Amino acid sequence: MEDNKKIMMAHGGGGRLMGELIQKTIVPKFGDGQSVQLNDSATVDVPAGKLCFTTDSFVVKPLFFNGGDIGKLAVAGTVNDLAVAGAKPLALSLSLILEEGLELDVLEQVLESIGNTAKAANVNIVTGDTKVVETGSADGIYINTSGVGVLADHAVSSFDRIKPGDCVLVNGNIGDHGMTIMSQREGLKFDTPLKSDCACLHELTEMLYAEFGDRVKFMRDPTRGGLAATLNEVAQSAGVNVELTETSLPINKTVQTAADMLGFDLLNIANEGKVLAVVSADVANKAIELWKSHPLGQNAAMIGTVSETDSPLVELVTKIGGRRIVQTPYGRELPRIC
Amino acid sequence: MLERIEQARKAIHAACEKVSRPIQVMEVCGTHTVSIFRHGIRSLLPQHLKLLSGPGCPVCVTDQGYIDVVLELAQRDDTIIATYGDMIRVPGKGGSLESLHRSNIKVVLSTDDGLALAKKHPDKIVVFVAVGFETTTPPSAVVVADAAREGVENFCILSGHKLVVPAMKALLGAKNDKIDAFLSPGHVSVILGSDAYKPVVEEFKRPCVVAGFEGVQIMEGLARICEQLADGRAEIDSVYGAAVTPEGNKVAWKIITDMFEPCDGAWRGLGVIPGATMKLKDEYKQFDAMHRFGIKEVPTEEPAGCQCGQILCGLMDPPQCGLFGKKCTPDTPVGPCMVSTEGACSAWYKYSS
Repeated sequence: MEDNKKIMMAHGGGGRLMGELIQKTIVPKFGDGQSVQLNDSATVDVPAGKLCFTTDSFVVKPLFFNGGDIGKLAVAGTVNDLAVAGAKPLALSLSLILEEGLELDVLEQVLESIGNTAKAANVNIVTGDTKVVETGSADGIYINTSGVGVLADHAVSSFDRIKPGDCVLVNGNIGDHGMTIMSQREGLKFDTPLKSDCACLHELTEMLYAEFGDRVKFMRDPTRGGLAATLNEVAQSAGVNVELTETSLPINKTVQTAADMLGFDLLNIANEGKVLAVVSADVANKAIELWKSHPLGQNAAMIGTVSETDSPLVELVTKIGGRRIVQTPYGRELPRIC
Repeated sequence: MLERIEQARKAIHAACEKVSRPIQVMEVCGTHTVSIFRHGIRSLLPQHLKLLSGPGCPVCVTDQGYIDVVLELAQRDDTIIATYGDMIRVPGKGGSLESLHRSNIKVVLSTDDGLALAKKHPDKIVVFVAVGFETTTPPSAVVVADAAREGVENFCILSGHKLVVPAMKALLGAKNDKIDAFLSPGHVSVILGSDAYKPVVEEFKRPCVVAGFEGVQIMEGLARICEQLADGRAEIDSVYGAAVTPEGNKVAWKIITDMFEPCDGAWRGLGVIPGATMKLKDEYKQFDAMHRFGIKEVPTEEPAGCQCGQILCGLMDPPQCGLFGKKCTPDTPVGPCMVSTEGACSAWYKYSS
């Protein structure tokens, strides 16, 4: 292996080289390697209850960014999809699509990050797959992770439980991930470097469900499309108005500067370590206090309220007291001219 | 800040009550348009004070002929197109830069990035898509000077740079009685100087108030405008503080006028405006993409049904256009006002119901 410092087509060819890659490079990165089953499928002991199942694919450029990397993102993304549904993550699968010519060092760093993130989240990677594609057919590494988890008894996150009077909470500053990636991609530098919020959120979601049970109506991690996309989905699917207060939105000043420079609206920008919760008004302040006791919830805030309507909308009361509508973003934010 | 907002709001309402007719104020700059929507400013104004979105979005006023030239150059195998992000979705006759799906189209954030591409790819000719007003012209001038000094021969710009004041005069000269006053652009005025608006104030008797882009500055700018209208005055004023001087940024102007000269050029929706477009002077023509590729400008052809021109002139609101929100949306823009985040139609679509 030491002689081959780069990924070759044979690493995905099912032969000796692939075997070595899996046994010597991939498996040892995941704790003691005991949990990884090298059969075609893994067997998982499941406690009684409902199973949650999710899948997500990860492509990001650059592969390493301030605050994380594609490996951390791939574990956290799937853990979070389970967590917001109210499920305790049990096991993940890991599929790698590697570009021929990828430095082995890079792969090892990503794998190490995957191992560390999974360990910290107390979730096992139990099965996986590796493919190699020709140079130019991929951008270094693409990752797919799928995950299963068991739904907590008291957890029911669904749009139809959202009612007028409920409050909208978020666990901290918005837009950090998207602006970090874009700034690094564009070579923008700031005195205080931007840092992605990439993180596993299961502790935040578990503590909320454990404390407030069915007073928690809905949770979602607002990733691509940002708060604007998620809240529009809430408004449309639950048939309610969501009114946000601009002054209550937790925002890092440097992130705001970067967004202003590029002409972006932070409500549209991706997060990778944020959870949006809709809860009953009577527990909203307590929920914020609870989140603030956790390192990932230091800047938690109540950002809006839900009200009744015939024509569902997301509205923002601006910091100067005006009102505007927040729409679902187009999907590709373009830096503006001046 | 809220106190200043409230003061400005009261001043606007009080002044508007004194004027017994509908008032229409044009914000010239696209960044103002976006900021007005983003802050929900319309919801704070009296009903008979209407804001018109003017021709200050660089993408919106770029003629379709220009876009078609860019598309043509992008489809050559010996070029790299370096462009600001919001130009890539502007539709020409044959699609947009985005729809060409070509790897030689690079989104850059500065003219320097364009020159760096030229140095990195000596076997290609890098064409910088140079659009924008007085704020983006100095960097284009500097990059051409740099390319000339460093002998980077495979770099050129396609100049679509424009001048704001001739366009404001053209809007009023076309017997447009819809515009009572101008909220003048902050950044552009830093370069131009507030004295540049003298012709608008003196010849056409329209107040011009320069404002920055914060909600409070826009509100205070509107208050000054309404007070002038209530008093029957037409003056140059500024709420942009020390940033704007009467004479402007002389250094930036010198860079512009050293390298560029005004010419007659087509503006989307406004037609040809005399002396309102900037081209490289003859001594720099080797860096002029039109000269380099021997291209004659493609005749202008507006997309059928598109009312961007009427909207830019303040003669129509975006929803009055038959294509708005139907055939023309931010996902499938027909006219350029829908493409740029600063475009009047895009801002209207994005921030209102």
